[in-house]
Amino acid sequence: MPRYSAFAIAKEAFRHQLGWERAWKSPSLKSQYDAIIVGAGGHGLATAYYLGKNHGITNVAVIEKGWLGGGNTGRNTTIIRSNYLQDPSAAIYEKARSLYETMSQDFNYNVMFSPRGVIMLAQTEHEVRGYLRTAHANSLQGVTTEFIGPDKVKELCPIINIDGPRYPVLGGLWQARGGTARHDAVAWGYARACSDMGMDIIQQCEVTDVRSENGAVKGVETSKGFIGCKKLGIVVAGHSGVLAEMAGFRLPVESVALQALVSEPIKPCMDVVVMANTVHGYMSQSDKGEMVIGGGADGYNNYTQRGSFQHIEETVRALIETFPMISRLKMLRQWGGIVDMTGDRSPIISKTPLENCFINCGWGTGGFKAIPGSGWATAEMIAKGEPGPLAAEFGLNRFREGRFIDESVAAGVAH
Amino acid sequence: MLLLTCPCCGIAAEETELHPGGEAHLKRFGPDSSDADFEAYLFQRENAKGVHFERWRHVNGCGKWFLAARCTVSLEVFGTYPAQTLAPPAEIIAKIKAKRPDWSPA
Repeated sequence: MPRYSAFAIAKEAFRHQLGWERAWKSPSLKSQYDAIIVGAGGHGLATAYYLGKNHGITNVAVIEKGWLGGGNTGRNTTIIRSNYLQDPSAAIYEKARSLYETMSQDFNYNVMFSPRGVIMLAQTEHEVRGYLRTAHANSLQGVTTEFIGPDKVKELCPIINIDGPRYPVLGGLWQARGGTARHDAVAWGYARACSDMGMDIIQQCEVTDVRSENGAVKGVETSKGFIGCKKLGIVVAGHSGVLAEMAGFRLPVESVALQALVSEPIKPCMDVVVMANTVHGYMSQSDKGEMVIGGGADGYNNYTQRGSFQHIEETVRALIETFPMISRLKMLRQWGGIVDMTGDRSPIISKTPLENCFINCGWGTGGFKAIPGSGWATAEMIAKGEPGPLAAEFGLNRFREGRFIDESVAAGVAH
Repeated sequence: MLLLTCPCCGIAAEETELHPGGEAHLKRFGPDSSDADFEAYLFQRENAKGVHFERWRHVNGCGKWFLAARCTVSLEVFGTYPAQTLAPPAEIIAKIKAKRPDWSPA
């Protein structure tokens, strides 16, 4: 695969741009693979990538029902941070954040990672204490965060109204090395790198059944026929329950709709990400100038990739309080994704009751930021057959044993 | 917007009047049950893609709990019925079967 560089652009300029290749191939299916990953979203592709890069397993197929990165990977608000309270979460999200820093160089593909900094506003006394605790926990975990006062919040983001009528800003948890990245490019970069290692990425191929023999996985039935495999990784986010049912087990997961929206593009007005969890909305400005806005998930099961209007209203209402200048902006687009929520709002990276079948799901409303770390941990588990240190705490058995990684309480909201 | 008729007060309530309460007809397992049953009762959910029975509370109305049968793919509502029901009533099952001939109760 030709490298992308300034020289390549110059070279192609002299030969009518005829030398570019497709970023990833569209191969035909083989009948047997060492490993099949179901789901070509960020997490699935990252899993395949680290299987090849870290463990030398390249006879891999990534199969996808729709198109590559067309699910939640292309539907999130692209925020990357790792300021989590619980140790296992901080470890995996920090791993992911650090991998994002070098991702463009690793792939030779620009994912536009922008470490612009993330502020989580503290707007009640309770939240101030909560974030102080998180800041202390983070310094023990080796995650660089800092609790800052309202003046510093105003300095970092001048468009904030810190004397809000209901919830004045009392401070904030500041992670200077958090930020955003181009979500599509993350999926495309992984796909290009996987294809370059000789992996097959098969789009528009729906898994219809999981075939097993004597309690071990044999392969998957798909809309393009049967494919055999030694190991199977299920990385399908909102549809995890559907795949688990095919594989013969149940999950502690429910699928609900989470929405986001963007405004019309305006001139640069904020160069940080701001999350306001008490009023529940978060906002950043994209490189195109759109204000990217996200908020709460619906409370009921939903597979439709669209959510309820009142949640948009709630989110926008909350953000107008925090950023009065956006009150006259027109909203341009709105969309939804199906997120898989667990009881403790922490993900599942686990072996399953079916031998050689592994699952990565339950990222709920916060999966994008975790993509590289999640792929790293899942690939290690698939390659070695046992979860490694990053994944160990995220097993399915934590529900039975009561070892929750309770980020729902730590964050106060879905995160 | 989702509209559900509350079987307690008869009002066709909008989504903003209601609060979702998760899967209906869960079988309770108490302290004497096996770990697997207790775990399944507490955490594991049907999460059906299609027909789903669920609990709702008419929170900004009469305040009562009730149950609903709804499709999670089309968001079509098949009907609502009182919370004091251990299994989906026959008329609801009939309504679902009329619209989803392939569906069978779990």
